[in-house]
Amino acid sequence: MLYVVIIYLWTALLLYLLLGGADFGAGIIELFTSDKNKDKTSNTLYRAIGPVWEANHMWLIIVIVILFTGFPEIYSTVSTYLHIPLAIMLLGIIARGTAFAFRHYDAVQDEMQKVYNKIFRYSSFITPLFLGIIAGSAVGGRIDPNASGFADAFIFSWLNLFSFSVGLFTVAICGYLAAIFIIGEARTDAGRKRYIIKARSMNIAAALAGILVFFAAGLSGIPLAKWLFGNPVGIVAITAALISLIAQWRLISKGKIIIIRVLAGFQIAMILLATTYYHYPRVIVMKGGGYLSLLEHRGDDKAITALALALLIGSLFILPALVYLMYSFQKKKPALK
Amino acid sequence: MNDFIAARSQMALSLAFHIVFSCIGMVMPFFMAVAHYYYLRSGKIVYRNVTKAWSRGVAIFFATGAVSGTVLSFELGLLWPAFMKHAGPIFGLPFSLEGTAFFIEAIALGFFLYGWDRFNKWFHWFTGLVVGISGLLSGILVVAANAWMNSPAGFEYAEGRYFNIDPLKAMFNDAWFSQALHMCIAAFAATGFAVAGVHAYMVLRKKNIAFHTKAFRIAAVFACAAAILQPLSGDHSAKNVAKRQPAKLAAMEAVFYTQTHSPLLIGGIPDEKSKTVKYGIEIPGMLSFMISGNSGTEVKGLDQIREADHPPVLITHLAFQLMVALGMLMFAISILYFFSLWKKRSWQEKPWLLKLFVLAIPIGFIAVEAGWTVTEVGRQPWIIYGFMRTADAVTPMPGIVYSFYLFTAVYFSLALIVCFMLYRQIKMVPVLYDIPE
Repeated sequence: MLYVVIIYLWTALLLYLLLGGADFGAGIIELFTSDKNKDKTSNTLYRAIGPVWEANHMWLIIVIVILFTGFPEIYSTVSTYLHIPLAIMLLGIIARGTAFAFRHYDAVQDEMQKVYNKIFRYSSFITPLFLGIIAGSAVGGRIDPNASGFADAFIFSWLNLFSFSVGLFTVAICGYLAAIFIIGEARTDAGRKRYIIKARSMNIAAALAGILVFFAAGLSGIPLAKWLFGNPVGIVAITAALISLIAQWRLISKGKIIIIRVLAGFQIAMILLATTYYHYPRVIVMKGGGYLSLLEHRGDDKAITALALALLIGSLFILPALVYLMYSFQKKKPALK
Repeated sequence: MNDFIAARSQMALSLAFHIVFSCIGMVMPFFMAVAHYYYLRSGKIVYRNVTKAWSRGVAIFFATGAVSGTVLSFELGLLWPAFMKHAGPIFGLPFSLEGTAFFIEAIALGFFLYGWDRFNKWFHWFTGLVVGISGLLSGILVVAANAWMNSPAGFEYAEGRYFNIDPLKAMFNDAWFSQALHMCIAAFAATGFAVAGVHAYMVLRKKNIAFHTKAFRIAAVFACAAAILQPLSGDHSAKNVAKRQPAKLAAMEAVFYTQTHSPLLIGGIPDEKSKTVKYGIEIPGMLSFMISGNSGTEVKGLDQIREADHPPVLITHLAFQLMVALGMLMFAISILYFFSLWKKRSWQEKPWLLKLFVLAIPIGFIAVEAGWTVTEVGRQPWIIYGFMRTADAVTPMPGIVYSFYLFTAVYFSLALIVCFMLYRQIKMVPVLYDIPE
């Protein structure tokens, strides 16, 4: 049952990155769209994600519940030392969720729209930034349970080059996912061409951010290359991600909408696999060699069994409903030339 | 303000904020399902308009409730990591089930809000109903988790360790039923009175009378039915608390000294230093009678409880009095309303009845906040009653005061924006729904 829970944890994280990430990416794209196209882009995006956005962000709650039920020591440790970036990420989540709903549901469409838009776009950038910072900080080895001062314990645990670069990389990936997604939502050829350019630029941004991560790792003494390429799974995963990337570049202008979405999702899954595989079963790597492991520091076994059952039974209801939701609102796009 | 008080205040504010949106999310889908049903059966467009107008408001409240709920799931760890380290596995089951229920609710909401004229009309109606059912279920589950904090079960404890965990026993603890029942009914009363009052106000202003009258009727019936049932549930809850948390009952009723023939205290301002109550009215023997059916029963006073384990009496007592007073007021209004439905139909159009509902707009929600204050403050100094003190559970990170100020500012701004949008919504009803003035 422990492995059921671990698989759900990883999968929920991946789904949050893909689905919630695409949502964040929507705002990121709007942020980097020229003023004259902003409205068209946000309308297209809204049409695409409107029905599913609430459900997309549920995966984060699933991750949190799995952590505090099955791995409470990990949850408490992260909540203590990464309190500040978690709080900032929370503020981003609040701002983004409410701004998104408010801008659509406000009965009067006036100057307030500008306010909602600004809040939506900036928070769409900040939230994945801090999500990445938290991810990077988990394994960056700066969390110090023996820290003496406030700064060492609660600031330098996350405020460092490596974490920030992982944050930027996460932002770029989210933007990229949304860009790939929106290509299939375009209703005009002009729109589609615009989005293809967007996807390529986001791709380049992600590549640059990726290079920054390696650079930052090198400066910080983090053996990132060893983590990713020092084991067969990592090598295969990164290679698969690269192949998928190349395939997307070639298929992007051929209108193979479903395939490029699947490939983009696959690519991100491979990146996540490569980055988590090396450390598994450790999820927190601390300063001085300490760590927290999903196996060694798991919670009570009965609680984990109950959790696994709740997840399995819940999935029976949720997954078909979710798939049906996404499918229903994807039908019958007007034909593109 | 020290960090501990800041942490408690931040948690309290987050919960107080979230509960309003949760109540609305738990209850409004049922109002909408009724209006929607009337539309599907009668074909009357006014009912479709009511359903859609309510949907718009619900979407806004749902989004705000969802993000504030996310905040709470993080704050459990951010503010109380020592608590979660031990309690997480024990009460994780209701939370995981709540996550499932809420996920289904989010999916159903997607179908409902975006599915007008896209699906079979009864399937579409059904998705709206699912939003309500799963919302109610989420509320019950999360309250069961809170109930565990009041009535810890499903584990053994020794020297700071919690072991031999039984998640089912933990979830179905001695308090879950009375707490969940009381909360569900409260949600219907609070939301119902607020919604009914808003529509009553619009009828009084002579705006879109047919629209607002029908909306008023649906909300008022739910509200008043709930308000009449609630005292029964309250009685059940109080009896339950008397058995399990005598300290809480003692604080609620300001029972400083153990006694038989314990009186019911109405009003009054307790003075914890002198252990007396000023200005109250006492009904002799009534408290003993209410908790047991026998006025001779002994009620445990605070004198039998260690001073260090006393909950704050002043706040708990005053909050309790406020909740009961408002509850009685809602009860009275409901009796009046049902009487008018039964015997005096003409009262339905009378301004005085509508004005009564307008004045009653906030009282259900104030009662909800007061009630939660009673149960949470009345549980202090414990976070897990009898096992872990709140002070031992708080985060070691200093500077929580700043976090409190920041989140307070955020909630305050959100509350303002939501009110602003609600105001605009109501103003736009005639424009959006093509209803002649």
